[in-house]
Amino acid sequence: MGEEKNPGTEERPKWDNKVQYLLTCIGFAVGIGNLWRFPYLCQIYGGGAFLIPYLIALVFQGLPLLYLELAIGQRLRMGSIGVWKNISPMLGGVGIASMVVSFLVSMFYNTIIAWVLWYFFNSFQNPLPWSQCPLNANQTGYSSECEKSTSVNYFWYRETLNITEDIGISGSLQWWMVICLATAWCVIYICFIKGIDSMGKAVYVTATFPYLVLTIFLIRALTLPGATDGLVYLFTPDWEILKKPQVWLDAATQIFFSLSVAFGGLIAFSSYNAERNDCERDALVVGITNSATSLYGSIPIFSILGFKARTNFNTCLEQNILTLTNHFDIAERNMTVENYDQWFDYLNVTHPGDIASLPLRVCDLQNFLDQSASGTGLAFIVFTEAVLEMPGSQVWAVLFFVMLLSLGLSSMFGNVEGVLTPLQELKLVPKWLPHEVLTAIVCLVSFLIGLIFTLGSGNYWVEVFNAYVGSVPLLIIAFCEMVGVAYIYGMKTFSEDIYFMTGRRPNIYWKACWMVISPLMLLVVFVAYVALQAGTYPTYPAWNPNYENFPQTETKEYPKWVFGIIVALVVVPILSIPVVAVYNLIRCGMKKSNANVSGPNPYSNEAFEIETQERNTQSI
Amino acid sequence: MLGRIVFFLCLPSVLAAQLCKPNAAEGFKVRLSIKTALGDNAYEWNRNQRFLFQAAIAFAMSHHLDLEFNVSNILVCDETPRVSFWFVVTSPDDPSRLVGKESVELAVRASRSRINNILLLNDATLEFIGVLPTLAAPVKPATPSWLIVFGVVIGIIGAGIVFLLVSTVVQKKRKENEVAEEEDDDEEAQMKRMAGNEGICNTSFSECDRNTQM
Repeated sequence: MGEEKNPGTEERPKWDNKVQYLLTCIGFAVGIGNLWRFPYLCQIYGGGAFLIPYLIALVFQGLPLLYLELAIGQRLRMGSIGVWKNISPMLGGVGIASMVVSFLVSMFYNTIIAWVLWYFFNSFQNPLPWSQCPLNANQTGYSSECEKSTSVNYFWYRETLNITEDIGISGSLQWWMVICLATAWCVIYICFIKGIDSMGKAVYVTATFPYLVLTIFLIRALTLPGATDGLVYLFTPDWEILKKPQVWLDAATQIFFSLSVAFGGLIAFSSYNAERNDCERDALVVGITNSATSLYGSIPIFSILGFKARTNFNTCLEQNILTLTNHFDIAERNMTVENYDQWFDYLNVTHPGDIASLPLRVCDLQNFLDQSASGTGLAFIVFTEAVLEMPGSQVWAVLFFVMLLSLGLSSMFGNVEGVLTPLQELKLVPKWLPHEVLTAIVCLVSFLIGLIFTLGSGNYWVEVFNAYVGSVPLLIIAFCEMVGVAYIYGMKTFSEDIYFMTGRRPNIYWKACWMVISPLMLLVVFVAYVALQAGTYPTYPAWNPNYENFPQTETKEYPKWVFGIIVALVVVPILSIPVVAVYNLIRCGMKKSNANVSGPNPYSNEAFEIETQERNTQSI
Repeated sequence: MLGRIVFFLCLPSVLAAQLCKPNAAEGFKVRLSIKTALGDNAYEWNRNQRFLFQAAIAFAMSHHLDLEFNVSNILVCDETPRVSFWFVVTSPDDPSRLVGKESVELAVRASRSRINNILLLNDATLEFIGVLPTLAAPVKPATPSWLIVFGVVIGIIGAGIVFLLVSTVVQKKRKENEVAEEEDDDEEAQMKRMAGNEGICNTSFSECDRNTQM
């Protein structure tokens, strides 16, 4: 007999090997946030003491959620929409919500990658463009905006973003940003062109390269002067701070967003796995690697920040020395950084009036160390300034931005996967449309909508999306996921599934977390988050050169229409959950009433149907 | 007689002392930062270096005003250990008259880089207090260099996308041809097998045991 041919059914794609799968999950979880959010939190929340709430959140909230998603995807072998529809038709909205959130997040996340690309392109020059201020119009001096702030700030706010003073003033499309965004989407497209076949090859590079660069930076950073100042500052524990509830809230949210759960990407990735795969070990590996990377990355970051603080401190002292030397006509090099204090005291005693009249700056190392930043401020302002002081700046700048690029790309893969796989399951896409064309359409649509972020006010919009899309909806989705699996799917069925996949049932720790501890923690985090946000009207920092306290950013309130958009961004993704649930309830109710009216159906052989179902589930 | 001779001999120096003083109306304060500029190769500020400075200023004045200035027309006073001092310029025709501040400023600005080079210093380490340095415009290449890097990157990516898409299309076409061939082959192979065999066994009709059971 000939071969059995099923031209209709496509084989589900699968990973080439286990390493590819693990690297993809780790790459998705480890993102730019591990580098620019965690060290900042560590610093403001009492250094070493922050690790306690962080690890508690990891163990009781992060790992159970991660394990749940990987297990459910691997067992049911479908993307987020299929999985939740399968568990219960009323939970179908959870998958749609995941897809919408993934789509919105991928749009603004790729803008950040576009910014990284722009800095990367500009790092191949000598001298680096953010090291000097440009001249003003009539070439008599430097641009005033640049002089009042710093050349690094100017390059970021003016030459990169060309930012407007207010979110309401849109400005025009910045052409250089448009082509960087187009490049970013082309990179995503080329990695996704063959689905996970091409993406799986790309992650070998994007997931491992950051570790290489971090190690190089670690070695370099530890040899810089002032590195120990930064490290001591970072890790000195301040136990008092554990009494503040804000710390616990931030630890929980950090772990949650850092692991990239509730996006649907992890479910999609694990659905391409072999059936019998130890997903418990995978979850532990991914979760622990993510936290370890955060810790490992914070060491070179803070060494470099300590170096920058020490350099700024020395520059500040040298400026004072120059002022004093010029005023009192002391011989050069008599007053140095080392004996500055003695000279100062002596001069203060002999000429107190003069000292008072001179514009001397107050130089405090602690002050410079406190100038911390997180997010784009850390990467594009603080770090680029530090790189200027290091010998061989171009090399370090290029390395740093390629590392950020890899981190961002591997996270984007998860986001885009969280959109593509459910899209195919929604059966909205015609079968004849090849996978490549669908990917191209998704990338093109995301690029066109993402052009909003290349306007003059684009950075303000990225902040809006970042703060509101990537927070509350995810918490709600995760809560629904956990409750759905633990109570609607049933812990017993789930334990059987896990026994089938890994050969052992989940122990009491996992069960307790899934049923009680994690949902409770999620609920508390959600309520606290909403309570904190609802307390004050949301504001944003605006870069306004005409502000009286410039170069400090001006705190402005969001206009009413932006506030409406914020509410929409939070509500629309999770709207699908109740809508689908209610729709299915009504349909179920109608079906039941129909069945009662018409009586037994002569054409339905229930015994046969149950038997074949059982046989199917056994043979899967 | 002797007294008058002594008086006239002392006059220039007395006049000089009066012409050049700190905060003179037509004078400039100069500040040198030799150690900052040259580090270990710094020279000692002494009478000879001062002479070189005076010569440089005399050159600048002569060059700008097209008059013959001499080193003795440049008066230096109030030197400090910082290495800063005041100087004034006297007119070559009348040593008791000072040249105006604006002319001196213009002359210094015109020949600033020359003066800097003579003393192995630059605008930051040889300061004329009150004279603004002319800033050099940063070099701007014709195509910004970032566009070049961008062009390279987008070229590689574009080529990659085209290559991958074309190879996918080619592979699909090849698979379709193979499948068609396999179907034809299958029937032919079947026919050959049937010709060589004693036929196909119909298992629902009878058990296909060729040997009879004992």
